[in-house]
Amino acid sequence: MSKIKSVADLKMRRDKLRSASETLINATEPDSAIQVKVSMATCGIASGAKTVMEFFMEQLDRRNVVAVVTQTGCMGYCYAEPTIEVKLPGQEPVVFGFVDLKRADQIIEKYIKTGELVDGIIPVNYQTIDLKE
Amino acid sequence: MSKYSMHLLVCGGTGCHAAESDAIVCNLRDELEAKGLLDSVQVILTGCFGFCEKGPIVKVMPDNTFYVQVKPEDAQTIVEEHVIKGRKVNRLLYKDPLTKEAVSDSKHMVFYKKQMRIALRNCGFINPENIDEYIARDGYQALGKVLTEMSPEETIKLVKDSGQRGRGGGGFSTGLKWELARKNVSDEKYVVCNADEGDPGAFMDRSVLEGDPHSVLEAMAICGYSIGASDGLIYIRAEYPLAIERLKIAIGQAREYGLLGDNIFGTGFSFDITLRYGAGAFVCGEETALIHSMEGLRGEPTVKPPFPAESGYRNKPTNVNNVETFASIPAIILKGARWYSSIGTEKSKGTKVFALAGKINNVGLIEVPMGTTLREVIFEIGGGIRNVKKFKGVQTGGPSGGCLTEKHLDTPIDFDNLIAAGSMMGSGAMIVLDEDDCMVSMAKFFLEFTVEESCGKCAPCRIGNKRLHELLGQICEGKGSLADLDRLKNMSLVIKDTSLCGLGQTSPNPVLSMMDNFREEYVAHVTHKKCPAGQCKSLMEYIINLDNCVGCTACARVCPVNAITGERKEVHLINSATCIKCGACMEKCKFDAIYIS
Repeated sequence: MSKIKSVADLKMRRDKLRSASETLINATEPDSAIQVKVSMATCGIASGAKTVMEFFMEQLDRRNVVAVVTQTGCMGYCYAEPTIEVKLPGQEPVVFGFVDLKRADQIIEKYIKTGELVDGIIPVNYQTIDLKE
Repeated sequence: MSKYSMHLLVCGGTGCHAAESDAIVCNLRDELEAKGLLDSVQVILTGCFGFCEKGPIVKVMPDNTFYVQVKPEDAQTIVEEHVIKGRKVNRLLYKDPLTKEAVSDSKHMVFYKKQMRIALRNCGFINPENIDEYIARDGYQALGKVLTEMSPEETIKLVKDSGQRGRGGGGFSTGLKWELARKNVSDEKYVVCNADEGDPGAFMDRSVLEGDPHSVLEAMAICGYSIGASDGLIYIRAEYPLAIERLKIAIGQAREYGLLGDNIFGTGFSFDITLRYGAGAFVCGEETALIHSMEGLRGEPTVKPPFPAESGYRNKPTNVNNVETFASIPAIILKGARWYSSIGTEKSKGTKVFALAGKINNVGLIEVPMGTTLREVIFEIGGGIRNVKKFKGVQTGGPSGGCLTEKHLDTPIDFDNLIAAGSMMGSGAMIVLDEDDCMVSMAKFFLEFTVEESCGKCAPCRIGNKRLHELLGQICEGKGSLADLDRLKNMSLVIKDTSLCGLGQTSPNPVLSMMDNFREEYVAHVTHKKCPAGQCKSLMEYIINLDNCVGCTACARVCPVNAITGERKEVHLINSATCIKCGACMEKCKFDAIYIS
């Protein structure tokens, strides 16, 4: 990747990244892909998040579901690790806690494939600031 | 895509009393089935909404209706009115405590504004190993702004005006610290990030570094520009391998993009960051000890002044800030001093990250505006006390802080209020205690930590804490006297007054505040030789209930020290002098004949 030479360059890069939703799953613009984020901080990994993430990558592929699986940091729900966030196109993201392989399987079969919710949803109870100028 | 057009989310958090939630789910499903709607409306149990005070809670999606204090018999009304007729059930809606008006959309509820994430803005949102995701979230824009639009003085003024105080514990003004470091003229200066998070129950800094390392790198560069430094160092304990790994990746990516290194954004400003590993000593969180450790010397503190701003790393002016302090800086720069200072209380601005641990339902990481009360943190966001036990206290500030009790629940949390209440902010660990926790044992537990972590340089801390710990041990064993309580207090005050650094100056705080707030419990230990919480083994006595004992001999056979005597089919007896209080007999007894006094 080439160096960022100026602030204008950085802004251009940011705007480009925001619209490039396929490679960049966190772009705030509406995007078409199904996104699965696995909370992979020390606490999550210790509770088995790595296995869960591998399961999603492998199984989504095997079950012909086009989705982007990425890791992220601590979501703050340490009591419910491993936690994941699933965002279906055009919908609010949903956070699931206590995700073992059995629940991961349910999430793929029910929520991701049919939009049917499964147990273990963690209601999000915070607001995050937006730095956008 | 979904076959369901509506979802009813029922809170299944422990706080919402699982039994009742189950009944609500059951009734809702029955009602829906009766109306033939089970195929289009789904009922689901969720985790804690963190609003337990008003539970049980039912949320209707997609219209975000938030029903509070729902009873199983309300199921019919919800289905008939809301689901079928599309009319919200007014009496079940949450009423805004100020306006008394019903809030129909949960997005407008004050409750959802209780947590506000500034330092954690990207944690759990971006991939920490991908700099592009950080850039897409306006990453490095703040650095760009200071380098091209602001002078170092203007930057410092902005940080000063924001009112931010250091998140590492002391609460010193960040802007002022930067100003002092800027004023000292030197050919070299250093920016140090203190990532030596060491108090029990604290994991805020680790989470920030693991979830959003670039925010810290960006802020360090901003600080470097402000004070006139081109070298940054992150002092991190080797016990945080994942945080180190992610920092390395982040530093590598930032260098590759030219966001660290020479001539950043073509402005001529150069800044680079290296990592320094600590061996995990608590005292190295103290800035002078930290600097010595980085220099390859023993991690021991030295007297201030000189402050690091005058003579720090390699005797050059050095600015040390904590991880969370840095993580908020880019947001402060982009959104302005006025915005930041509008959040929080008069003297403590912005938000604070807390790590909730101990006997609380929602153990986790939260970020709330300064001035939020303990009650809101523990009983709303934290979901209350585990296993429906009674709240007893909360230790804030780790082993340097104090224990707050029920009477402090409605105190707004900020730097000054916590000190006034006999505790301190510290780094933000909150260890919640319930009725089963013994306050003498807790004080002993925290002292055990300080005794272990004292560097040994000064006598009050090295010897005094050891003596304090011994005294507490004796009290726990029933060998204390009322005079010992005075001795504890006097010694604590001497240690506080005469210790060299923050470790010793604060280490007796748990003892002092617990003795203050739970005096009767300490008195019970020394005068009645009883532990009201039933935690101190030496003060427990296992007794056989004469009415229940059938003389089966099971207890006598399992006793490892042969403390139980008695003939077959006759009442048995425990010799408390021999008994080691292992509890094996009680576990074995099938007739509930053994109890603890």
